[in-house]
Amino acid sequence: MVESTHGKSIPDDTLLYLDSVTVSFDGFKALNDLSLLIRKGELRAMIGPNGAGKSTMMDVITGKTRPDEGKVLYRQADNSSADTDLTRFDEAAVANMGIGRKFQKPSVIESLTVWENLELALAGRRSPFATLFHRIDQTDEQKISDTLDLIHLAERRDDLGANLSHGQKQWLEIGMLLLQEPELLLVDEPAAGMTDEETFRTADLLREIARERSVVVVEHDMEFIRALDCRVTVLHEGHVLAEGSLDHVQNNQQVIDVYLGR
Amino acid sequence: MTTKLQGGSVTRLLLNDRGGRWFLATLAIATVLVLALNLLVPESSPLHVSTYMVTLLGKYLCYGLLALALDLVWGYCGILSLGHGAFFALGGYAMGMYLMRQIGDRGVYGNPDLPDFMVFLDWQTLPWYWQGFDQFWFAALMVLLVPGVLAFLFGWLAFRSRVTGVYLSIITQALTYALMLMFFQNDFGFGGNNGLTDFKDILGFDLQADSTRAVLFLLSSLALIAGYLLCRALVNSRYGRVLVAVRDAESRTRFLGYRVEHFKLLAFVVSAMLAGIAGALYVPQVGIINPGEFSPINSIELVIWVAIGGRGTLFGAVIGALMVSYAKTWFTGAFPEVWLFALGALFVVSTLWLPKGLVGVVGPVLERWRTHRQQPALKEVADHG
Repeated sequence: MVESTHGKSIPDDTLLYLDSVTVSFDGFKALNDLSLLIRKGELRAMIGPNGAGKSTMMDVITGKTRPDEGKVLYRQADNSSADTDLTRFDEAAVANMGIGRKFQKPSVIESLTVWENLELALAGRRSPFATLFHRIDQTDEQKISDTLDLIHLAERRDDLGANLSHGQKQWLEIGMLLLQEPELLLVDEPAAGMTDEETFRTADLLREIARERSVVVVEHDMEFIRALDCRVTVLHEGHVLAEGSLDHVQNNQQVIDVYLGR
Repeated sequence: MTTKLQGGSVTRLLLNDRGGRWFLATLAIATVLVLALNLLVPESSPLHVSTYMVTLLGKYLCYGLLALALDLVWGYCGILSLGHGAFFALGGYAMGMYLMRQIGDRGVYGNPDLPDFMVFLDWQTLPWYWQGFDQFWFAALMVLLVPGVLAFLFGWLAFRSRVTGVYLSIITQALTYALMLMFFQNDFGFGGNNGLTDFKDILGFDLQADSTRAVLFLLSSLALIAGYLLCRALVNSRYGRVLVAVRDAESRTRFLGYRVEHFKLLAFVVSAMLAGIAGALYVPQVGIINPGEFSPINSIELVIWVAIGGRGTLFGAVIGALMVSYAKTWFTGAFPEVWLFALGALFVVSTLWLPKGLVGVVGPVLERWRTHRQQPALKEVADHG
């Protein structure tokens, strides 16, 4: 058990704990004393109006933005005794500790093929010299093939990333995340710009993934959140406004006032 | 056994590189042909290629290698260096220093220990940084190390601070400009304004001799072929795919766990060393190196070669370098005042209408012609159906 700055104790199966994180840009507090706890194997949805701090929160966790105050404690699978404060590391280091991120805008490598995109994401050594002499083995090929099936892109394996549809790019990016073999996936608006059918397939995909890993999904689409069927956190002005089941937060008067009621 | 293995890996390297195979084959045949016509055909014959022409072509090949070096960082990693001429010039100076020391007591002042310009400046002893350059191996090492170390230091600072895009281009330009000003100083110890010249021989061979010129031309061609294969091996590996990822989506690549600055740094250093080799082969052929080689305009012209040839293809960059250099030779002979306008026009045309350069235009045409020839029946069906 570890004590947070608020004196509350943190449960043992905690994967990630944001402890009173504050980020301000020119006086504007994008995150205001935000505390948040993600358990191992949890699927969590985050909602909130624009500017609530959802993307900033992801930036802080993944090492892109350094907070002014607070800590981001991360408990890796291999050394459960000591927690790592992620705010002291950069993007590449955080990624290699097992935190994968999918951006709001699909960002796959457009001039590489689907297969090459996945190969690039494949867990393994990341130094220039290691990549120079890297030869892909059968286990890795099998992993990529399995992922291609999972994201329904097996037939497009030799097509360039640029030639995929918007939804397919989103899936490819989720596939890339999976091959990184992360402990925690941060997924920013995966259903944006998708058709209804694609949206439901994406929700299925994320539920499937959440069986083995922790997943945090930021999303606006209430239908999609309902399909995810998980605990929901509502962010407002950089702070947690409410947390619980979807029905619970939807009936919360504060949430209705600032977000849903608009 | 080893040869066979190497042959095998070269074949694998060029398997999906039809343009590269054509390019290397053409280059090899042209090299042999030029040498044969120069050395075996008598001067009276209209087929004879003059030594002047051999040296001119050798110079173009050095430019080709320089363009290749730039394409590795610009075409594949998105680093638009506007100062790559600096690495070329540094390699050239390292070779020039060796050639200076080779002159010995045959200079105008006949001083066996000091190059002429130092005697002129009334220097008594050889500066410490000239030590060792009387040895060819040392100079050859410096040809690689000086550009390599400078690129490493510069790249380390720039890439780690995440300087990208236009800002990076501007500081590379500043780098070459600063070096130019330094080399112009007489006190800096590299011959100031005049640079290094009046070379006599290299490894004991007379630099004016036809045979030496022919060998230098051959070495330039071999260096270009080796450089091409090296760059192809780099971009074909997983490392090369990370470079492309950095070019297309730098921050995505970071979140995949790749330390982007290290990838850029390796490409930048390899590129600088290739540029250094190009400079070192260039200097004995043209017979002079002076601070003008650091001039920003040279580096910009280099970018134009790559843009016109087609960036991100390697061979396109070389073709661009050869063609634009030839055009420059012709223009500056026929209409010297028009050249800069022609160069500017070329750049505008290639930016507006040829975003992928000449290779981007000619490649698809050849491809269509090939499929047309291979499947005439299918084409007919498609046309009439």
